[in-house]
Amino acid sequence: MYSVRRWSVRHAGGLNQFYNGLERVLVVLAPLWRLIGYNRLERPFAFLERQVKGLLFDCKMCGQCVLSSTGMSCSMNCPKNLRNGPCGGVRANGNCEVKPEMRCVWVEAWTGAGRIKGGLEKIAVVQLPVDRRLEGRSSWLKVVRERTEPPKAEAKK
Amino acid sequence: MIFDDEPTGGDMLPMRPGHTSPGRLERVLRAGGFAVTTELAPPDSADADDVYRRARVFDGYVDAINATDGSGANVHMSSLAVSALLARVGYAPVMQISCRDKNRIAIQGDILGGAAMGVCNMLCLSGDGVQSGDHPQSKPVFDLDSLSLLQIATTMRDKSTFQSGRKLSSAPKVFFGAAENPTVAPLEHRASRLAKKVAAGAQFIQTQYVYDMDRLRDFMRRVEDLGLFEKVYLLIGVGPFKTAKGAEWMRNNVPGMHVPDALIQRLAGAEDQAKEGRQVCVDLIQEARSIKGVHGVHIMAYRQEETVAEIVDRSGVLEGRVPWHPNRDLNFEGNSQ
Repeated sequence: MYSVRRWSVRHAGGLNQFYNGLERVLVVLAPLWRLIGYNRLERPFAFLERQVKGLLFDCKMCGQCVLSSTGMSCSMNCPKNLRNGPCGGVRANGNCEVKPEMRCVWVEAWTGAGRIKGGLEKIAVVQLPVDRRLEGRSSWLKVVRERTEPPKAEAKK
Repeated sequence: MIFDDEPTGGDMLPMRPGHTSPGRLERVLRAGGFAVTTELAPPDSADADDVYRRARVFDGYVDAINATDGSGANVHMSSLAVSALLARVGYAPVMQISCRDKNRIAIQGDILGGAAMGVCNMLCLSGDGVQSGDHPQSKPVFDLDSLSLLQIATTMRDKSTFQSGRKLSSAPKVFFGAAENPTVAPLEHRASRLAKKVAAGAQFIQTQYVYDMDRLRDFMRRVEDLGLFEKVYLLIGVGPFKTAKGAEWMRNNVPGMHVPDALIQRLAGAEDQAKEGRQVCVDLIQEARSIKGVHGVHIMAYRQEETVAEIVDRSGVLEGRVPWHPNRDLNFEGNSQ
């Protein structure tokens, strides 16, 4: 919901802290997730994530969440899916070129980033191309696996 | 301007050490020249001569010609084809690549194809939304954004691999650029966005129209503070207005246009508004040139391309330099065109 989305940006600092806590808990519970099996958890996790993040951020379930790098403003709400900053068409009032009634998600992102510790450094990092295979999948589980399992390329060596 | 190792028209220039492309634009910029680029509106036609006719009006006044990629989300001849046609006879095209219409499979193929056809400069753009064009019912792609595109493109050139990691047998030798809009919201973050583009691999920047030099100076100060002056060549976008009404229409209807009221009043008060519009453009070029860190101008004169030569001439920024063009030998022999 648009009004909730904007609330989330205004409370980006708190939400980011909550998120960090959640991440720690999920990582600590990694052995449990492994026991149950990540494949079995995928659907319930994705469902939960869609409900929670859908409400708070109008999450589009790209499956590779970068909210903490975008001031808790989901950049997939940009009609051009821009993940690295605003286009050149932002209106004088800070609204979107494509959807004039909507605030530019990147104007919002900088507002939010200013409220997150280290947010302005993180927003300056180049985001790599989106992996479209991850659409609809749980981003939380992906983070847990990245944190607790060695990267595949290195594992091969 | 003829380089001492000048090839015959259409052949590549030899690549200098430290350069990333065998192109003229990179040479002019690295040599410290004030570069002039312009924009060619690709025709709604399947005739190559329509492209050459449109290019010829710039002969001797520009260092490179941008071929727009479905600008304003309107269909025209593809930027790849226009660029290839231009490169074939020796012009220095800047092939614009928009993320709106193609996914990464198509775009990487175009980068290889363009480079193979002699296109030495490519401009990585996000693209206008489809809602603003003549096919609003089409599907916007936006698989990449301008930065992830830059990252993929420079990886192809520097690491000789596709995004997938698959090896290229020959890497594209291309000078990669990007756009920036220094005079629209969020003003305080535009320079950091530029820094991000440079980090992703942008070597030159062609900005959107700049009509507010105070905002440009603010932007350039931030760019300098971020230490970007040595890392990127900045070409400032300018263009002539035909009438005050037209300027006002563009301000209200073209995304990303910031035109100060004073400028519109200046046009409205002129006896010959079109002439005044060109004078404004000349003034903007001269003022942009005086700003530290500016390496050139990008003149966008949509539907009045024939005014570019006069504007460049009167601005004096070429300082007597005549950029190479394929018809210059014809001129020397006195042939009419």
